[in-house]
Amino acid sequence: MTELIAKTPLDDMAPLTIGACRLAEVDLGILTSIAPYAASKIAAPFKAAHGMAWPAPNRATGKADGRAIWFGRDMVLLAGPKPDPTLTKHAALTDQSDAWAAVTLSGADVEDVLARLVPLDLSPGQFKRGHTARSQIQHMTGSITRVGTDAFLLMVFRSMAGTLLHDLERAMASVAVRG
Amino acid sequence: MRLPCPICGERDRREFYYQGAAVMLERPAPDAGEDAWDEYLHLRDNSPGDLDELWSHDAGCGAWLKVTRNVSTHEIRSVILAREVRQ
Repeated sequence: MTELIAKTPLDDMAPLTIGACRLAEVDLGILTSIAPYAASKIAAPFKAAHGMAWPAPNRATGKADGRAIWFGRDMVLLAGPKPDPTLTKHAALTDQSDAWAAVTLSGADVEDVLARLVPLDLSPGQFKRGHTARSQIQHMTGSITRVGTDAFLLMVFRSMAGTLLHDLERAMASVAVRG
Repeated sequence: MRLPCPICGERDRREFYYQGAAVMLERPAPDAGEDAWDEYLHLRDNSPGDLDELWSHDAGCGAWLKVTRNVSTHEIRSVILAREVRQ
């Protein structure tokens, strides 16, 4: 059988620095959407299985090697570890590993860059580490999570990876040129 | 215009898709007759003041919302999740 070579959504692009902002593609590992069944109590079994809290709406838990990101109404995205099979008693699990493009945007100007693309107040007082949102990145629907004091994890549909790169490059250059 | 999503908080109008008057929450029975179905499909009051509407937060959490909005002033009177509307 033909040996296929897996490519990342941005084809392993080298990290890009424009002005005071750095853009890097990130491989989140296995992505699984977890959609709890009606009235199911998944918080405790999820914590027992994966060692991180089940996130409330607009919140993300975990660390770089494994995150649970709130991903919409009645949905959480588990990014990193293989999902514990016992969770299927409580929720519908769907493999999304190849469906999303993920980047981290970091640096001193990160909020200024995102202010050009995302219709949310992402200032540190309003949108703290561990906060997440489903919103728009330019014209795409996406997921925005603060993962550090000046770092965000951005996710869009994999088919939109090139557009995400284009939009972020333009916003970064635009902020950089204005100083 | 901004809409307060019960799940996400106050969000810009561009994140939402507008479905129109909230008639879909009161769908007639299949045998309700032509008049009921005619009204359901086609007839709207189109009066100024408060209107119950359906909005989808499709660029956010994905929830359907029942929004009561003053169509003259755009004041939002109330927002609840459509699934919480008593059937």
